[in-house]
Formats: sequence, C-alpha cells, structure tokens
Amino acid sequence: MVKELLTGNKATAYGAMLARAQVIPAYPITPQTTIVERIADLISEGRMEAKFVKVESEHSAMAAAVAACNTGARAFTATSSHGLALMHEVLMWAAGARTPVVVVNVNRAMGPPWSVWADHQDAMAERDTGIIQFWCENNQEILDTVIMAHKVAEDPDIMLPALINQDAFFLSHTSEPVDVPDQEMVDRFLPPFNPKEKLDVDDPKGFGSLVMPPQYMEFRAKMAKSMDMARDLIRKVDREWEELTGRSYGGMMDMYRCDDAEFILFGAGTMMSTAKDVVDDMRNEGRKVGIARLRILRPFPFEEVRYLADRVKAIGVMDRTYTFGQGGPLYNEVNAQLYNHTNPPFTKNYVIGVGGRDVIPRHIRSLFDDLEKVQENGYGEEGEIHWWGLLDGSTPKEEM
Amino acid sequence: MIEIRFHGRGGQGAVVASKILADAAFREDNDVQAFPYFGVERRGAPVTAFTKIDNKHIRNKAMIYQPDYVIILEASLISAVNVTEGLKENGLVLVNTRDDPDEVAERLGVKRAACIDATQVAIDNKLGSKFQPIVNTAIVGAFAKVSGVVKKESVVDAILTLPRYAERNAQAARDAYDRVKVSGGA
Repeated sequence: MVKELLTGNKATAYGAMLARAQVIPAYPITPQTTIVERIADLISEGRMEAKFVKVESEHSAMAAAVAACNTGARAFTATSSHGLALMHEVLMWAAGARTPVVVVNVNRAMGPPWSVWADHQDAMAERDTGIIQFWCENNQEILDTVIMAHKVAEDPDIMLPALINQDAFFLSHTSEPVDVPDQEMVDRFLPPFNPKEKLDVDDPKGFGSLVMPPQYMEFRAKMAKSMDMARDLIRKVDREWEELTGRSYGGMMDMYRCDDAEFILFGAGTMMSTAKDVVDDMRNEGRKVGIARLRILRPFPFEEVRYLADRVKAIGVMDRTYTFGQGGPLYNEVNAQLYNHTNPPFTKNYVIGVGGRDVIPRHIRSLFDDLEKVQENGYGEEGEIHWWGLLDGSTPKEEM
Repeated sequence: MIEIRFHGRGGQGAVVASKILADAAFREDNDVQAFPYFGVERRGAPVTAFTKIDNKHIRNKAMIYQPDYVIILEASLISAVNVTEGLKENGLVLVNTRDDPDEVAERLGVKRAACIDATQVAIDNKLGSKFQPIVNTAIVGAFAKVSGVVKKESVVDAILTLPRYAERNAQAARDAYDRVKVSGGA
C-alpha cells in the first residue's frame, strides 16, 4: 500500500482503475471534470485497461454504461448535479435492467440560481430510482467505496446500480493523504464481473422488453427484495474490507461516540467529519454527544436509526438540501423509521450548508446547544424545521 | 494544526502552491489538506486556497478563518481583498513584492511580514512569461525559510514531481529561499 496525496476526484479515478472498470462512458461537468480527465489519462498511460467512450450527454453516458454492463463488462461513470438529473431516466433503467453500473456523483447544487458548490439536492432527488447510495466524508472513503460498491452491486443476489456521493470541492478538489491499495489485494477482494445473463449476438436474448401486468409487479418485488438484501451484504463487505485494510466505514452507518450519547446529530458528507472534532471537544467538557453519519441512504439503515432511537434523548437531523413542502429529506427518512417505534426520541431538522455554505465547528456546537434546549423546552419560534444561519435574523448572529 | 491561506489571481498558481506546500509537509510525515475556494474559474480573478498541516489526522473540512500564515502571490490583492482577515495575533504575512518587509508590516497592520520578489525570481528562472510569471514555486520556497514549517528539501522534492519545468521551478524555490526578507531585520 502506498500513501499518496490525492483529491477526491483523483481518488475516484484510482478507485475505478483498481476496480478494473472496463467501460467508462462519461461526460464532463464541474466539479466532476477532473475525474473524467484523470481516467482518460490513466487509460492513455496504459495503467488502466478500459474503453473510454466519449458521449454527448450524461443521459448517453448512463445508457452506454447500462449497455456495457448488459454485455458483461464492468461499467463505471461519474457525474454531478444537473448531469445526474439528466441521467435520471437511465438510472431507473439501470435498476430495472439489473445492471450494476457504479456512478460517482460529486454533490453539487441544482440551479438556478447557478451554483457549482456542495449541496445534496442532486442525489436526494434520486432516492426512488432503485440505485444503492453510498455517502463519503473523505477521499480515502471514496477510493475504498468505489471498490466496495462494485462488489455489493454486482453480487448475484443484488444486481443493482450504485451511486457514490462526495461533496463538491470539500472532497472533489481537496488533496489529502490516501492509501492506495495494491492491485493484487483488490483483485483478491473483488472478483471479475460475471453476470449470469449477457447480451451476446451469437446467443440472442431479449432484455428489458414488454411484460404484461401480471409479471411487472413480480419484477418490482424482486428488485425490492434485492435492495433489502443489500443491507447485510454491505455490512459483510465492510467487514471484509476492514480485515484487508484495517478500514471500516461502520457497515450501514458510521456512528461516532454514540454508545452513551444523549444528543446525536445525524447527517451526510464532509460536514459530519468536521462535526466529529466538535464532539471530541464537547466530550472533554462532559457533554454526552455523538455523530451518526449517513453512510448508506438506499437501502435506508432503519435498524441503525432505531438502535440509536432506543438510546438517545434527541436526534438533530442536518440536511444539506431541502424537499420543498416536506422538510429536509434525511429528516423525513429518519422520522419515518420512528413512527412505528416505541418511545421515539425528540427530533429536529436543521437545514444547513446549502449551496456550499461552509459548515464550521461553531455551527455544530450551536446545533447541539439548540437541540438540548428544544428537547427540554419544545420547539421555539423557529419551529421543527430550522434553516440554520439565514440572514433574516432567525439564527443568533454570534452563532452564524 | 498549522493553517495557511493563499491569496492569488487565477492563473498564478495559488492552488498548485497550496498543494506543493501540503506535499512538502506530507513528506515530513504530517497529515495535510490542500484545497481551493474558487469564485468563477477565470484568469485574473481573486483565488483563495488553503493548506492545513497537523501531526494528527485532520477531520475538519471547513475553510480557514484564523490562519497562522497568509501568503499573497500578488501585492495588488491587498487593496482588493481583506487579506489579513482573521490572522492570528502572531501570524505572519508573506507577500510577493519588492517592498521592504517593515513597511509592509506597518501597511498591513500586522506584527510580522516577509517579502520576496517572487516575480523577479520567476522571470529569472523562465517560469511563465514576463507579463504573467508563475510565482507559486518561488513563494513556497520563501515560505519554507520564513516559517520553518517545512524544510527546503521537502519543498524541492515536492516540486520535482511537477509534470513540467520541474528543475526550473525547484531552482526558483531555492532562490526565493535565499532571498526572502523578514520584518524586524531577521
């Protein structure tokens, strides 16, 4: 294993190389562009044996990836924001066709207003497609996850596409030390992709053709079952990776100092990495706080959320985007697991860091303070869903 | 943790400078982070970049608000951007200028300043053009001298991995290391 200074985008390209992705159809978009450039370099340098397919849009990129997967090739692509939105139709296709394409998405705000900065709207809008979703907090996790995601997605019981999320700029353009595993070790971990059914001109079969109402529902139920089965596989793959590398991402959820915690902040991406530092500081002051970082959004880690629910007084859910008319998406996801659960803890939604606003340690501390206060006294003037740090005075100025 | 903020203009190499510095510190077994804060990616626009250096794992992904050091790749930014914002009390500002460091320290209202004519160093080493010299490697060389945060050799080693004009860039770092001046006559 060699430690190298890599940006999130370079770590992504290395992940695809080490996973021995064979077909890379990709279309560039800020801030994902350097992933595409780096993969093209790795192929031209002869370090990566893959077919790079230049396409005219993200829709075509995903369509080519699905087709490649249908022939039995390992397919990988990357995109961001509007590019992912344009892929939407084909993400649905990839899931239904049971083609385990792995897609890295650099989380970026949707316009207008135009923005290239970190925001989770793009990925949250794809929750219903049938794609497995991984979320990362650092560049090591990105590289490792590209490899792990192929293993999960391509498992014969699963056969669903996977989306790996990494924050724009906070990861995509940030250089940090990353352990680059040996190819030989990765090969032992990740066997070649070998689906049961392949598109083969010498042995013609139909893929994705019309089914009548009696059959369609059966197909969808099988998809649902596979998605549910992915939970145990994700935990298992995480353990296997830990045995090989010493690195675990918590299986279905990354829980940091949650064991005896009374107040938890739950959220996704880089802001939760920053939050872990704050938890250490507050623990030193005797505060019982912890971080639950979203690692897998689909399938949702309901068991882990309920495990926490049984132990804590309150969960503050941080959303780096919003579902208009229905609160933050993660807030909805968490609350949905608590309704049929005995003695659910108090929950509150913090909408924060939208469109690349920096989330700094002081903000995290303020959220914990607020959570403790409202758990005791009830939602204040700001209510159940608090857009943290708006310029309208709704957040104390000294806490912004 | 040591936190360094770079101010440059698009095309000067502030982002690469932040990476070279991180790479040098990484070679000395530190954990590091280097990242840019882009406005719009175009030549001439103000660019901010950050380097964090620590002997333990860096989890904080936020930008830098209280830098230990500020590195200014072009002096004209001083009137365009609040370059000293949040600088720690004993922080140091390193500026690419021919001016005297005592004078610069007074002008910026900081305790410590250092000056290097990185533009001249870059031109001498044929980096960029006369009208758009690439000053980033020179300024990191100067930083190694005035801060002691990284060794000159580590900076040179990091520069030697650059894909183009590596040796000329390394020489610029060495030259700047020798020529940089610090306020207070140090």
